[in-house]
Amino acid sequence: MTDRSPEVDDHSGTETTGHEWDGIKELNTPLPRWWRFIFWGTVIWSVVYWILMPAWPGLPGMSGYTPGVRGHSDRANVAADLSAAQASRAEFSQVLLARSATDAVRDPQLLQFALAFGESIFGDNCATCHGAGGGGAIGYPSLRDDVWLWGGTMDAIEYTLIHGIRSGAPNERANQMPAYGRDGFLKPSEIDDLAHYVRSLSGLEADRQAVARAAPIYQRECVDCHGAEGRGDQTRGAPNLTDAEWLYGGDYAQVRTSIYEARAGVMPNWDKRLDPAAIRAVSIYVHSLGGGE
Amino acid sequence: MGANEQVRSSGDPSSWAVAITLAVMAAIGLVAAANAHDLAFATHMWMVVAAAVVGLQAILVWTTNSDPEKRFDPTYYDDGIIKAGIAASVFWGLAGFLVGLVLALQLTWPNLFYFPDWGFTNFGRLRPLHTSAVIFAFGGNVLIATSFYVVQRTCRTRLAGGLWPWFVFWGYQLFIVIAATGYLMGVTQSKEYAEPEWYADIWLTVVWVAYLLVFLATIWKRREPHIYVANWFYLAFIVTVAMLHLVNNLSLPAAVGSKSYSVMAGVQSALTQWWYAHNAVGFFLTAGFLAIMYYFIPKRVDRPVWSYRLSIVHFWSLIFIYIWAGPHHLHYTALPQWAQTLGMTFSIMLWMPSWGGMINGLMTLSGAWDRLRTDPVVRMMVVSVAFYGMSTFEGPVLSIRAVNALSHYTDWGIGHVHSGALGWVGLISFGALYCLTQWVWKRERLYSNALVEWHFWIASIGIVLYIASMWVSGIMEGLMWRTYNEFGFLEYSFIETVSAKYISYIIRALGGGLFFVGSLIMTYNLIRTARGDVREEEDAVQAARPNLQPAE
Repeated sequence: MTDRSPEVDDHSGTETTGHEWDGIKELNTPLPRWWRFIFWGTVIWSVVYWILMPAWPGLPGMSGYTPGVRGHSDRANVAADLSAAQASRAEFSQVLLARSATDAVRDPQLLQFALAFGESIFGDNCATCHGAGGGGAIGYPSLRDDVWLWGGTMDAIEYTLIHGIRSGAPNERANQMPAYGRDGFLKPSEIDDLAHYVRSLSGLEADRQAVARAAPIYQRECVDCHGAEGRGDQTRGAPNLTDAEWLYGGDYAQVRTSIYEARAGVMPNWDKRLDPAAIRAVSIYVHSLGGGE
Repeated sequence: MGANEQVRSSGDPSSWAVAITLAVMAAIGLVAAANAHDLAFATHMWMVVAAAVVGLQAILVWTTNSDPEKRFDPTYYDDGIIKAGIAASVFWGLAGFLVGLVLALQLTWPNLFYFPDWGFTNFGRLRPLHTSAVIFAFGGNVLIATSFYVVQRTCRTRLAGGLWPWFVFWGYQLFIVIAATGYLMGVTQSKEYAEPEWYADIWLTVVWVAYLLVFLATIWKRREPHIYVANWFYLAFIVTVAMLHLVNNLSLPAAVGSKSYSVMAGVQSALTQWWYAHNAVGFFLTAGFLAIMYYFIPKRVDRPVWSYRLSIVHFWSLIFIYIWAGPHHLHYTALPQWAQTLGMTFSIMLWMPSWGGMINGLMTLSGAWDRLRTDPVVRMMVVSVAFYGMSTFEGPVLSIRAVNALSHYTDWGIGHVHSGALGWVGLISFGALYCLTQWVWKRERLYSNALVEWHFWIASIGIVLYIASMWVSGIMEGLMWRTYNEFGFLEYSFIETVSAKYISYIIRALGGGLFFVGSLIMTYNLIRTARGDVREEEDAVQAARPNLQPAE
């Protein structure tokens, strides 16, 4: 039998319970006093908290829950915080919208406000594609240089933000670069030559014979949008081919793919997501990044 | 020995019952595979069929070749299943820790193992693989192995159920394999720690009911007048996990395929999910491992449990209060504020019930503190209990709404989880595995105590690096998220707060790497111990079952 009478443990002088399992006994030590004090302390604290704050649902004679004597409500607090934040911005935002962007930035305090506002909006909305500092990536334009597809004035930037590019919005910015290879407008060998020609416009290494072969093709197919000298046209979003800046990369293969497949980047129309003051602030912020016109 | 003789013939009832279960499972698997709606589901059903066929074959070979008299000899403990459990624990532990390390490196260098056209190794699929592997595969196997060992010793009787314990063991491994391969193929019901889809859940339910019945039947036929405290904790773990699993996985399959839809939606679904997840921590990772502590610490140091009364009071207060604390995972969300209040206050009341286990674990060493110096396995378990105390204090602090406003969604949560997971669950499991390997293979001592020392120090340093780096990065990002500039706009964009954590992530990966290296050392030591090797060492003072030391 292992249910023995209690014995006294030599080390602690405490009685055991008399139980034993596989050689393990138990001392009959009482609960530590500090343990009991802290435990009941947390219970009392909780009861006090229940009285003060929203706590118990479904009590008899009460619909909903006990609201707590402090009348505290997360939802009311959030609503108050939001309207307070909006109110604190309202004054500056109204001024920002009342004046044109170019005029507004002449006021140093308003400029500071717009830059802080714009940077905050940019970081959580635009940086995903354009990079945290607006540096861009392959397929996503850098906003720090002075190369602009659709214009780099504050008004042009704001228009792009509001309506987007190929966004599906009614006044979207959009252009059509044909997919010369995929849709069979040109032969693959002609596209090979054209890629050399386009690179040569930016002074990059190119096969001179191919450039010579491609010159008439360029004059026939490309000149309407990109211009005779390849300087592009901001009014219709045609890239400048002479500036050695390449949205989709300047390698021979990348340029060739741009002609073969055409590219059609998309930017959303932000008017559905950001309010007008925020869009204006982002325009001013982006304009300030380095290349504003 | 009692006259507890069973009828033993070549066809004992439990083997027949398991065989019939496997046959039914094979039949269902075949029909489901034939009607499968998608490839992942068909793959899983064929795995089920294969597992059932292999199982049936194994039963046939075993009943043909084994001596019926000795098959389930009631005068012996069933230690074969313990050995299998140790092996499975070590295997899944290594797998789970390694995947965790890969994830830590992916978070630091996101392009690592990222293949746009090949999703298997993407972070989103590896993450549940890691959490399930360490919690359910490693932790679950440790719990099954130790519970089968402890319940036999403390009830002085062989495991009940004949072949059923082996059904539980292999059935559980099948669940793990189905869950893990499912994650890699993109099969998930998107509930944290409950990702396996409906058919894996049903299978786990079958296995778990068998586990509960084996455990209960063993307690039922015990030859001790009372039920030892470790068995209360094991039972609370098994019963509560069954309840959590059933409620949180209520869903309707969309087809005979690998997709189902949750019965609950919106905030009800969220609350049920965090009720489940928090109590998975409470009853799987706390109650279950407290059971391990309550057996292995007093056994290893050969001292009585410090306070019987504390063990009862903290057991009942723990299980009563824990079940309420889930809403603290949903502070400042759509969950009504009153529910947040209850979650928070019950979390705070949970502090002392949790610490009851720590006190009992640590104070059981009184009279044997010298064992901290002489037995690195004891040191490992004692440090584990210290980590338990730390993380069960940190938990209530984090549940306070004002603190949670800063800590929620940050790496502080990750650090908190890992101080509990690596420090408490990991180290107490390693301690139990060292003890079990030595005991079930009946070795005088471990192969090398020096290697246990190395494991202890490498793992401990790894844990400290992990936790400290996550505290730093968590508090930093929490503060960055709430920093406003003079005009009331957020000072930092989200990506800036991510970039700022780069160094912390490197340190975290280093900590995780050390923890993994420690587990490799343990694996080597356990294999050599099982083989019966003993390394020549100066500090070989550790005997298998030391005699009671005189009081200091």
